[in-house]
Parts: sequence; C-alpha cells; structure tokens
Amino acid sequence: MNLSYSKEYEEFRREVRQFLTENWTDADRASAPEADLQTVRGAMGGGVRTDGPATEFRKQAIARGYLYRSIPRQYGGGEQPPDPLKATIIAEEFKRAKAPFEIMGQGPSMLAPTLVEKGTEDQRRRYVERTLLGEITWCQGYSEPGAGSDLASLRTSAVLDGDEWVINGQKIWTSNAHEADMMFALIRTEPDKPKHDGITYFLIDMNTAGIDVRPLRQMTGEEDFNEVFFEDVRVPKGSIVGERGQGWLVSRSTLKHERALIGNASLARRTFDGLVAMAQIIEVDGRRVIDDPVTRDRITAVEADLLAAEYNGFRLLTLGAKNQDAGLAGLVPKLHSTNLVYKVTRLAMDILNDRGLCAPGEPTAPDMGGFSTAYMWYWGMALGGGAPNIQRNIIGERGLGLPRNV
Amino acid sequence: MDFGLTEDQILLKDSLRRFLDAECPTTRTRAVMEGASGHDADLWRGMAELGVTGLTIAPEHGGSGMEALDLALVAEEMGWAAAPGPFLGNALATTALAASDDADAKNRWLPSIAAGDALATLAVGEKIGTWDADQLETRAEGGCLTGAKSLVPYAGVSDVLIVAARDADGPGLWLVERGAAGLTATPVKGNDMTRRLDAVRFERTPAVKIAAGRAAIDRARDVGLVLLAADSYGGANRCLRMTADYAVTREQFGQVIGAFQGVKHQLADMATDLEPSLSLWWYTAHALDHMPDKAERHAALAKAHLNDVYDMVVRYAIELHGGIGFTWEFDLHLWFRRALFNRSFMGTAAYHRKRAADLANW
Repeated sequence: MNLSYSKEYEEFRREVRQFLTENWTDADRASAPEADLQTVRGAMGGGVRTDGPATEFRKQAIARGYLYRSIPRQYGGGEQPPDPLKATIIAEEFKRAKAPFEIMGQGPSMLAPTLVEKGTEDQRRRYVERTLLGEITWCQGYSEPGAGSDLASLRTSAVLDGDEWVINGQKIWTSNAHEADMMFALIRTEPDKPKHDGITYFLIDMNTAGIDVRPLRQMTGEEDFNEVFFEDVRVPKGSIVGERGQGWLVSRSTLKHERALIGNASLARRTFDGLVAMAQIIEVDGRRVIDDPVTRDRITAVEADLLAAEYNGFRLLTLGAKNQDAGLAGLVPKLHSTNLVYKVTRLAMDILNDRGLCAPGEPTAPDMGGFSTAYMWYWGMALGGGAPNIQRNIIGERGLGLPRNV
Repeated sequence: MDFGLTEDQILLKDSLRRFLDAECPTTRTRAVMEGASGHDADLWRGMAELGVTGLTIAPEHGGSGMEALDLALVAEEMGWAAAPGPFLGNALATTALAASDDADAKNRWLPSIAAGDALATLAVGEKIGTWDADQLETRAEGGCLTGAKSLVPYAGVSDVLIVAARDADGPGLWLVERGAAGLTATPVKGNDMTRRLDAVRFERTPAVKIAAGRAAIDRARDVGLVLLAADSYGGANRCLRMTADYAVTREQFGQVIGAFQGVKHQLADMATDLEPSLSLWWYTAHALDHMPDKAERHAALAKAHLNDVYDMVVRYAIELHGGIGFTWEFDLHLWFRRALFNRSFMGTAAYHRKRAADLANW
C-alpha cells in the first residue's frame, strides 16, 4: 500500500495548479454563467459549460492527460495509467479553480468506453472525442413500458429494409432525451430468437424523422426524463454496435460503466460537505446545529460509511490496474453509494430543521431548497440502472454464489 | 499509488489462514473456551513460529519490523477464525512498549515477546473503560502503582503488564512484572470466552516508569481500535460466507433457501455494508504509520463503523440460519460473542464518534 503524497504527487499538484492558472483565467470564469454544482442536476452533469472557451480548455486539459484518463489518446482521451491519487488531485484542483471538468452523464461515462471496447474504428473516431467534449450528447434507450429490469422482454423492433433499419416501438424513462443529439438503444432485430439473442445495440440520431419525445415530470417537479416513440424511423444499416443480435453482450459492457457512474460516491461526498458547512451556520436555540451531540453522532456515522465508499473506490482502481477481479467490491458500490445518498440527504433535511419545508428555489432557505431535491433524487439514482432489489439479485448471484431466483 | 496488499502481506494472511484452519477448528476453540485460563500455549507457540508475536517489533529486538497494517491483517484472520487467546492484549502491550522511551525495558522484554516466550498485556481502561489518558486515576508514587484497572486482557497469565497511570508529571506508562507485590488479577466472567479479561488491582505495586506523557498510550489506543475493526471485518466476513454457504445447502419448500429473494437480499445487504468497510480499516491501518494527521480520527471512525457493521451482519447471519443459529452447539454464537467484545472494548461507537467529531474542529 502506498498512498503518500510523495514528492512526485506534490510536484504533480503544482503542475496541475500551474496549468490551471495559465489556462483558466478570471476572464474565462466570467465569460459564461458557471454550472451550479450545488444542485443535484449540476452534479449529475446538467448545466455544465460546453461553450467555445470551455471546449478549448478541455482539449488542452485532455492533451495534458488530466481528463478522461481511461480513454486512449487516439480517440480523444487523456490515456493515463490509473492513479486514484492523481485523479483526486486533478478533481480537487479543477474544483478549486472552477474550471470545466469531465462532462459526466451517459455519453462520456457509459457510451464512450463502450465504443472504445466494442465499437468499430469508424464509430470510435466519429463519436468518442466529440462525446467527451460535449459536442454530441446522448441518451440511453433501454427501458420500455414492459421491460424495465427485465430487458430481455424488449419489444421495440428494427427490420432491415435495403440499406436501412426501420424502427418501431417505444422507450421510457429516457433521461435527457429532449436535449440529446443521439440515443444508444437496445432494439429487437430477430423476433424469432430467444429473448436475449435477438437484441441489437443501435446508435440513433435523435433528429431522425418519426421520433417523438414526450417529457415525463418527476416527483421533484423537474422534467429530465421522457417517453420516446418510434414510428417507421429509418436509420443507416451501419448504425449498430457489435454484431447483429449481440446487443445484449455490448450492453453488459455499458451497464458495467453505468454502475461505475452511479456507484461513485462523489454526489454523497458533495452533499455531505454541504451539510457539514450548513450545520456550522444554522443555529437552533442559540447553538450551532453542529454542536448538537446527536447531530455530531449522526454526521460522523455517515462520514465513516462515506469514507469506506471512497476508499473502496481506491481499491477498485488498484484492482483494475492489476487486472484482478474485484468480486464483491465491484458489485456493491451502486447499492452502497445510493444508500449513502439517502442517509446523507435525510440527515441534511434534519439539519435544515423547519427550513426543510422550503421547496427548491425558495430564496429564504439556507440551501435554496436544494437538499429536498437531492433527497428526492435519491430514488432517481437508486432506480436508474437497476432498482435496489435488482442490485441485490446481482450481488447475491454473482458475488455470493446464490442460485437464480425461484 | 497502490491501495492493495503486498505479496508478503498476502502470504502472511494465507499462512495464518492455513494455520488456523488446520490447528484451530472450532472444536479446539471450544476446548480453550471451556478451559480455566482461556489460553492455549501450544496454539500460541504455533502463532509465534509464524512470526505473529514479533511482527511489529523492530529487528534489533528480534522482530520483523512490520507495520500496523500487517498486524491488522493478523487481527482479521483471528477474527475470521474466532481464534482464542491473548493476541490483542499482547499486541497492544508490544505497541505501547515499543513506543516508550525506556531502552532497558525494550531490551529486556521485546526479544522474549517476539520469540513467544513472554506474554504481555496492556492495562489502560478503568471504571468505565474508555481509554483516555486524561482520565487515569491509577497513581504512581515512589516507584509504586496504586489503583484498579477494570478489564485487562489475560492479565492473569501475562509475564508483564504495561500500565497507564499518572504521577505528578501527568500520564505515562509503567511496567509491572508478574508476581509483583500488591498485584492481583481476578478473572471476569466475559461474554466472549475466546478473549479473557481480568480485573486488576495494584496496591503499592513496584513498577518502572517507561514512558512520560500520553503519546505511547494514544498510539496503543489507535492501534487497538484498528485491530478491533479488522477483527470485526474478519469475523463478519466469516459470518457472511457461512450464511451464504448455508443458503445453498439448506432446502425448504423443495428449494435451496438462497433462491428465495428474502434470503438473497438480506445476504446482499450484509455484503453491501461489509465489503467497503474493509477499505476503511486498511486505509486507517496504513495511516497509523504513514499519515499521522489522519490516524487518530480515522481510527475512531473505523472502530465505530465496524462495530455497527459486525452487529448488523451477525444479526442477519443468525436469523438466516433459523433455529440452529440459536443453539449452543452451532458455532455462530462464537462470532456473536466476538462482536460483543469488539463493540464494548476500548469504548463504544458513540464515544468514538464523539471523539471524531471533536477532532474535526467543526
């Protein structure tokens, strides 16, 4: 084990800081409204700057190997050996400088690595770099009204007609479909084959005629996800990733990256840091909430669990770098970190006291009502990418050797 | 950057696992539990031969000079096996003695502890056993100790006691040898029969001061908290695996019970809380030797967190075994008893979370 910020790392931090000072100036910071990272949407990738100066900056940061470190250079990534300490230093320094960071979300975090793994050379060159820079945004078309966790029951179909596929059907819970340029989707191409075998992985231009996007309003009051209807939507024959009928295999690669995206403890950390700061400001009966013994006990209990999640992330990176199977350590983070978001946000609500009555946007609330949205977003995170009980099935069956459900 | 174990550490764990699998099945553990002293000299000798007793002792004193993480890996294996004996108290005393200022005491005792010839223990906690160097009432005066220590591991069979006490200059550590005048050790009937405790009294007992100040006491406390956390992880992991194994063999309603989601999901919840906690005590153990500014607070958080995790895992483990889990004959209560010990020894979860909050300077 070696976690020390040795000279090498101190030097690296200086380099990053120097780079930021030179390349992301006060003028850059002022040149466009800043993303609101205090909101869950901001943390999940919404409202991130992708304007000219931000893109230019990202390109330089990628060239230095600071961003998208797991994506090869030839496809527009930073290509660096995994190093959680360096990654931590980069994240800290970019946050400090309020500089554009990696764009989160399904395109960069899920599709880009999937294409690197399973796409054709042409697909990699066409999509990966522009996705990383936010020039192409993506939504994920997996779930259907009759196929949520049971993706093998997908019914949206594609039929080959000359050089084009003709797609008909419906997707649901499609986050950001109303803003996305492209969709990566699982669609049935071989109606005669048994469940998993007839599915193909598609890349679909959302501007294609016949696609109708209808927003769904979430419990938070926001509209981030949608129903997407396909009526005789024609896409080129080459729009598929992997072989025809092998979409299930390709999607497993994407799901792995999705669990890593949602299994990340960064949202819980950000919310936790926010609640600690808030507890030092809010006073009840003339005493700061942070000085209340019960609150201190609850905060430190959650903090220990949060540290466990973060260090488990270190462990996963190390195992990955050594090409070792992570076993349970790789299977539990999604459930563990979404549980943490729940624990952290409900604690934040208690710290807010009666200010927790205020809805998002209420200017007199210490957090502008943001924590209640974060609280509700717990379910968004817990249900996205496989509901908690689906995660429990995966952990039990793949991690503990239990048989499939009765 | 490497957040993993070295080849040597993996080897250490594997050799200890093999040794305890072979030499310390629960039949032997139960025999030791039912014995008078709770100490099996042959088992201890075997562990000494594996290098456990000298693990963190410096090479010039006959040890192998390893770090707190190595010691914690041993604790994990002891927890996995629910192995009986004086490992914890001996390791704490060794830590305190090694952190002391007394070259003579080190030269006199560390080599024989490393060889497994002498057994040591550490006495800190008093009335309500929080290990706070500022609250010691045991007094040193004129080369003698007077006072009481409530729950000291294996004091009755130890050759040497390292004792936290205070004199006119404040807190410090004193060394008391077996058979010293005025020293009494009375066995306490404990829930965890694999780790014995004694109530110790000193009545003008001759003692040598080996450390001034609280640094060595604090070091031993932080190491102890990590050892308890590691033992908890090892024990909880064993409970999880035993229960998963049971779930694929036990049949009800024409089905192994692991195929029922109610069972599967409970097991998954156990794994979900347990698995990441490994990284918390790994990090903390590493911090003890490499990140001094993080060590104390992390040790407090790790002890408290693993208390809670072990509690949850062992609860579900017994539940999922059904009635057999509630019997004396079935082994699960050995681990439940270890969990009780780890929970209550050296301060509760709430006590350590309070310390962690104070140390954060919020």
